[in-house]
Amino acid sequence: MDIATLAFSALYQFGDAFAFLVLSACGLAVIFGMMGVINLAHGEFIMCGAYVTAATVHAGLPLPLGILCGTLASAFVGVLVELLVIRHLYERPLDTIVATWGLSLIATQGTLILVGSTMAGVGTPFGSFQVGAYSYSIYRIVLFVAALAVLAALYALFNWTRFGVLARATIQVPHMAAALGVDTRLIYSLTFACGAGLAGLAGGLYAPTMTLVPTMGATFIMEAFVTVVIGGADVFLGTAPAGGILAIVKSGMTSWQGQLFGQIGLLIAVIIVVRVLPKGISGFVLRERT
Amino acid sequence: MSGSRRSIWGRRMRKEVILTTVGLRAGYGGKPVLQGLEIEVREGEIVAVIGRNGVGKSTLMKSLIGLVPAMSGSIVYRGEAVEHLPAHKRARLGMGYVPQGRDVFPRLTVGENIAVGAAIKGGGIPEEGRQRVIGAFPILRERWSQRAGTMSGGQQQQLAIGRVLIADPNLILLDEPSEGIQPNIVQDIARNMVELNRRTGVTIILVEQNLDMIRAMAQRAYVMDKGRITASLEREALDDAAEMRRHLAV
Ligand SMILES: Nc1ncnc2c1ncn2[C@@H]1O[C@H](COP(=O)(O)OP(=O)(O)OP(=O)(O)O)[C@@H](O)[C@H]1O
Ligand SMILES: [Mg+2]
Repeated sequence: MDIATLAFSALYQFGDAFAFLVLSACGLAVIFGMMGVINLAHGEFIMCGAYVTAATVHAGLPLPLGILCGTLASAFVGVLVELLVIRHLYERPLDTIVATWGLSLIATQGTLILVGSTMAGVGTPFGSFQVGAYSYSIYRIVLFVAALAVLAALYALFNWTRFGVLARATIQVPHMAAALGVDTRLIYSLTFACGAGLAGLAGGLYAPTMTLVPTMGATFIMEAFVTVVIGGADVFLGTAPAGGILAIVKSGMTSWQGQLFGQIGLLIAVIIVVRVLPKGISGFVLRERT
Repeated sequence: MSGSRRSIWGRRMRKEVILTTVGLRAGYGGKPVLQGLEIEVREGEIVAVIGRNGVGKSTLMKSLIGLVPAMSGSIVYRGEAVEHLPAHKRARLGMGYVPQGRDVFPRLTVGENIAVGAAIKGGGIPEEGRQRVIGAFPILRERWSQRAGTMSGGQQQQLAIGRVLIADPNLILLDEPSEGIQPNIVQDIARNMVELNRRTGVTIILVEQNLDMIRAMAQRAYVMDKGRITASLEREALDDAAEMRRHLAV
């Protein structure tokens, strides 16, 4: 195998890992970074997105529209959850963790009862291509591009739109934002819906690549949390670079020793980074800046 | 009285009441700081609220804008009872709050801070408003793209004021604008606020300890002690150094 195919293989592995880390994490990161809420039901929002995507595709919609439905469905559930649960617990972060954990159990068991232990999947589109002796899935490349697109869209949303400026003002000095006329409750609702929608998007995008079971959220949640813990509270200064670093660790360890070592590598990376940078990468960057 | 004061600036000869509080009680954690506070402010006035440290001046400002809930009593603003409205709704009725300590959004730029103030009007920063704000505080034009947290106290104070001016408020609540700021900037701010008041008739409630600023701006003053108004001073009394020192003594 020549150096070019080897390089391509490494790059592909990296892109695959990066996309999974970033897409899993960004919904969680938006909700944690903007609202300080640790959403343990994040995996179930992902599951919701995947299930709705699969259901709508089975009903005859093309996959991209199905993914859109999955995203919107999760965002809508997010609005309800914020309104009925999270809103009442803003002053009590520990209670939020317990409440979202409870929601996650209800959602998993509820899905098991209502839909059954598994749901018919969606075929992976686009097929594959060959480089050297190996074949690669085109859809994985699409996922990588999707991850970059999501980061770019979030950057534009939070920096270039009125909602983004008001949302950042609200996290920085909430009472002052309110005193200037910002409906901070509405901002929190929309932010939570945005995070839930991003989780749904991740579920929809990965629905064609995996078995759909009620506990599928667990597949994402470890990497999502690892990325957010390492990245810290800022999506752009944190999640994106954390996704990059962890993708190198994970793809390197995986191709060296297999899946299990990829996961172990992630955990070791978290322990090291948290020891050195307790507030994550973004906390470090922000401190250096001021 | 100021109520019948002739004004060549306002449309009406007799100014209407813009804000009244009756029996206002408000505080933190169930313990009232304001103990039945009563004030009445007319349109176009600049009224100072003075008093020693910790008597509840900032608490009064916060309860007027809605950041500290009223436990009892009423706040009537332009004929409407507002004591149960959340802060953002009061801001939308035309109250502009400039807090003690300024509270700019540190990681937003100057322009973004002002955009937050302008958002009430629904939309971006109107060019006319931008000219008005940077006309009053030219430093904000220079620092437009700088993060607010990196500016000096005086610059942040001007930003905190500019941030409410952009929305064209009817009533400005100005809490200790001179605190920790160089004297020349204090004078600048006072001059600008008086000029704005003359030109637009905006009403200002000014909490201050700085005698120069009080004299430069206020037409009259309330003296506050232990959560109540204990005296109401007319303009002449503000110039009486001995009396003022007595009220402001720390
Ligand atoms: N967030 C708060 N929680 C609890 N008590 C508070 C809070 N803020 C102020 N207080 C208390 O309320 C009382 C009035 O405080 P306030 O800030 O209104 O005084 P002030 O007249 O503005 O004082 P200063 O001149 O120092 O600004 C003080 O006893 C203070 O300790
Ligand atoms: Mg005060």
